[in-house]
Amino acid sequence: MALPTYATTGQKIWHYSYLTLCGLIFFFLIAPIIVIIPLSFNAEDFFTFTPKMLALDPEGYSLKHYRDFFTNPNWQQALVNSVKIAPVATLLSVSLGTLAAVGLSQSHVPFRRAIMAVLISPMIVPLIISAAGMYFFYSRIGLQGTYFGVVLAHAVLGVPFVIITVTATLVGFDRSLTRAAANMGADPVTTFFRVQMPLILPGVISGGLFAFITSFDEVVVVLFVGSAGQKTLPWQMFTGLREQISPTILAVATLLVVISICLLTVVELLRRRSERLRGMSPT
Amino acid sequence: MPTDSKADGFVVFDHVQKSYDGDTLVVKDLNLNIGKGEFLTMLGPSGSGKTTCLMMLAGFETATHGEILLDGKPINNIAPHKRGIGMVFQNYALFPHMTVAENLAFPLEVRKMGKSVREEKVQRALDMVQMGSFGGRRPAQLSGGQQQRIALARALVFEPELVLMDEPLGALDKQLREHMQFEIKRIADNLGITVVYVTHDQTEALTMSDRVAVFDDGRIQQLAPPDQLYEKPENSFVAQFIGENNTLEGVVESIKDGTALVKLDNGELIDTVPVNVSAAGERTKVSIRPERVEYNKERLQEGAHTLKAEVLEFIYMGDIFRTRLRVAGNEDFVVKTRNAPDQVRLKPGETIEIGWLPEDCRALDA
Ligand SMILES: Nc1ncnc2c1ncn2[C@@H]1O[C@H](COP(=O)(O)OP(=O)(O)OP(=O)(O)O)[C@@H](O)[C@H]1O
Ligand SMILES: [Mg+2]
Repeated sequence: MALPTYATTGQKIWHYSYLTLCGLIFFFLIAPIIVIIPLSFNAEDFFTFTPKMLALDPEGYSLKHYRDFFTNPNWQQALVNSVKIAPVATLLSVSLGTLAAVGLSQSHVPFRRAIMAVLISPMIVPLIISAAGMYFFYSRIGLQGTYFGVVLAHAVLGVPFVIITVTATLVGFDRSLTRAAANMGADPVTTFFRVQMPLILPGVISGGLFAFITSFDEVVVVLFVGSAGQKTLPWQMFTGLREQISPTILAVATLLVVISICLLTVVELLRRRSERLRGMSPT
Repeated sequence: MPTDSKADGFVVFDHVQKSYDGDTLVVKDLNLNIGKGEFLTMLGPSGSGKTTCLMMLAGFETATHGEILLDGKPINNIAPHKRGIGMVFQNYALFPHMTVAENLAFPLEVRKMGKSVREEKVQRALDMVQMGSFGGRRPAQLSGGQQQRIALARALVFEPELVLMDEPLGALDKQLREHMQFEIKRIADNLGITVVYVTHDQTEALTMSDRVAVFDDGRIQQLAPPDQLYEKPENSFVAQFIGENNTLEGVVESIKDGTALVKLDNGELIDTVPVNVSAAGERTKVSIRPERVEYNKERLQEGAHTLKAEVLEFIYMGDIFRTRLRVAGNEDFVVKTRNAPDQVRLKPGETIEIGWLPEDCRALDA
């Protein structure tokens, strides 16, 4: 970011104000997330910094909210539900989204733009509308309030992310590779798994990550489509906020932030590795 | 052109037409009969339908009309992966996520061959293209010429009887290109495979092929061995497209005893071989190759026809002299002569007499 030596005064002023602006935006985005981390170690049941905390007195801090999270059956049930729903929903989104993206990238498919728009729509339509629609539809066919209903609903929300990321990787995909594979005697299924899939894997992984986070963070749709038996972590946080205002929420939030960071790191490493395998960047 | 003797061809295109948009024909009535073990080249300008023909043969495009036969069997309804045809793609199409050895093993794996057989065949194929020690590399770590050789090895490793190559040498520099031309020809001859080769480089076509099919406008203009194509072009497109050519325009005066008397546009009369002129009064383009024209009187053969010419330019090219003349109103009449000790070096402005044998002078369509 160093300025070249020939920069004029105007450019320098612009450069530094630009840096300041970026810093401010960054602060605005990050501060609310950072601030919950120390607060989650609060020894009192408050949402604010106590004088003891500000004095960095060890007595002002404790792990009691974490203890609460790991012992309270409500929270534990919510965690189990989230862990049961998100991966399955992600798996569904990834398989269906990838197939849809591959299919829609073929030029001979009729109405591909229209089909694509319909599949992407859950991302554009306000969530509350989708949720209400799903509620009425799922009630009719007996899926409302079931585990499978929530998984399906979350999969629908995740599919657009997968389609978009996979379509983006397919743009750079050389069609003569699949032709070459067919030419060497590989049937379409073998060609897909041996040639196309490894090459679009980075897009599939990123899409899967977005789909997972969508399901893991989602509260509106699950409120409509789920019942008490499918209470997920966000749902529990939502009720916690309304009913008992316990700083356990902050502990959970901190844990979720840590999990997200780990997930992002792992996925980014995986993505880089497979990108290297594609021969796109030097080893 | 044998079009009806279907039985003996290994690959047969029978009245094949192709249209992408259902409106314009990209390939118009293609009839082609390729023998087993033949090296056939499709040569033609850009957009003449060569790749389209190859794609129809490989199964990636379907013929709008007509039939394609492979070894006597129609293949229009056979899926590409069941045709067993090897192909070298223009951009190589090596799998970037596999090593060179894995790339070569792919067609063998698909055919469910055992590991030891696979390894042996892969190594043999790599040795054949002199890339034996490169098995562990990825395509991105190879030079263009090396990738090209791997693509060739991959098309041959599963021992197909028919291999298609679409401008495989397009991206290489001249030296490597010439080396690879030789290499491909040698390997094809050794293995006895049938090759259909696409190029728009006429030198490549002439040096490698058993026969060349010259494409233009979706049709085969001439199908002949290289020497015939060069020395006996059947129409003016082929004469112009293959090698350097001199054209003199005129009108046919009379045709008799296998000779056509042509009155050039400046009034001179010359004897020519009638190729596709049939009656007196037709306009014609007379074609003469630059190296068949002689201006050294002592070298002029008996029976040679002579014409007056004015020297416009003399270029010394080392092994040959290239002289541009004005002949019968044409200012781009080129003569090539070998740099022999007794050869005359002309000067611009000189007026000379040139001559050629009537059989080297072909009256073609106008
Ligand atoms: N997929 C396609 N859809 C529509 N038209 C096409 C398609 N592929 C080729 N064409 C058209 O068909 C004609 C012949 O194309 P083709 O690729 O066979 O030419 P070519 O002889 O291989 O040329 P080149 O030497 O440039 O590779 C061209 O006019 C081209 O525009
Ligand atoms: Mg082409």
